[in-house]
Amino acid sequence: MTVTVRLFASYAESLGRSELSLDLGASATVADVVNAIAAMPGASRLPPAPLVAVNCSYAVTTTNLSDGDEIAFIPPVAGG
Amino acid sequence: MMRASIVSEPIDVASLTREAASDSCGATAVFLGTVRSTNDGREVNGIEYSAYEEMAEKEMRAILGEASAKFVIRGGVIEHRVGVLKVGEISIAVVVAHPHRHYAMDALRYIVDQTKARATIWKLEHYADGTREWVNAGSGAPR
Repeated sequence: MTVTVRLFASYAESLGRSELSLDLGASATVADVVNAIAAMPGASRLPPAPLVAVNCSYAVTTTNLSDGDEIAFIPPVAGG
Repeated sequence: MMRASIVSEPIDVASLTREAASDSCGATAVFLGTVRSTNDGREVNGIEYSAYEEMAEKEMRAILGEASAKFVIRGGVIEHRVGVLKVGEISIAVVVAHPHRHYAMDALRYIVDQTKARATIWKLEHYADGTREWVNAGSGAPR
């Protein structure tokens, strides 16, 4: 399956990009995406267990993914 | 009318007020958040706001739904602006309409507090000394 990963704010700055595609195995979970991102240059500035959303809903590492899902890494929010 | 939007243009408060108000409501409460000139003792030139827009709008709509259930508001509009804003510019506007003022003001506080705590929006402060820093980013590196 192919999923889209979105990065925001300080996370996007740390990894030098705001969006990428990942090819994953058929039974992939959020943990697979977290591990893939953690292996990228600049990822050491992300927390070990970042908040993650799948298709705009918060998810946990065991959440199963489907082809076409959008996985977002959510830094601490600071609106207002 | 209930609406929650991320916008990139300046917020038109008068328009939002007309949108939320109605003849059945004797109270229309307005909150405006503006860019402050100092933060933690540092002089601020502006703030660059960014958002995960789809999720922020979803969360803000959920907050309006919660406020409707808790306070029975008749109208509620949230607009949060993104982009580079100068000191004094409006970053967020919330307008709530209710038949009575106490409920309108309680709902307004609820919506503003929840939006600041939950909406997927971030700010990068630009300081007068030329540095920039993510607000609330914990270990996020200053730049």
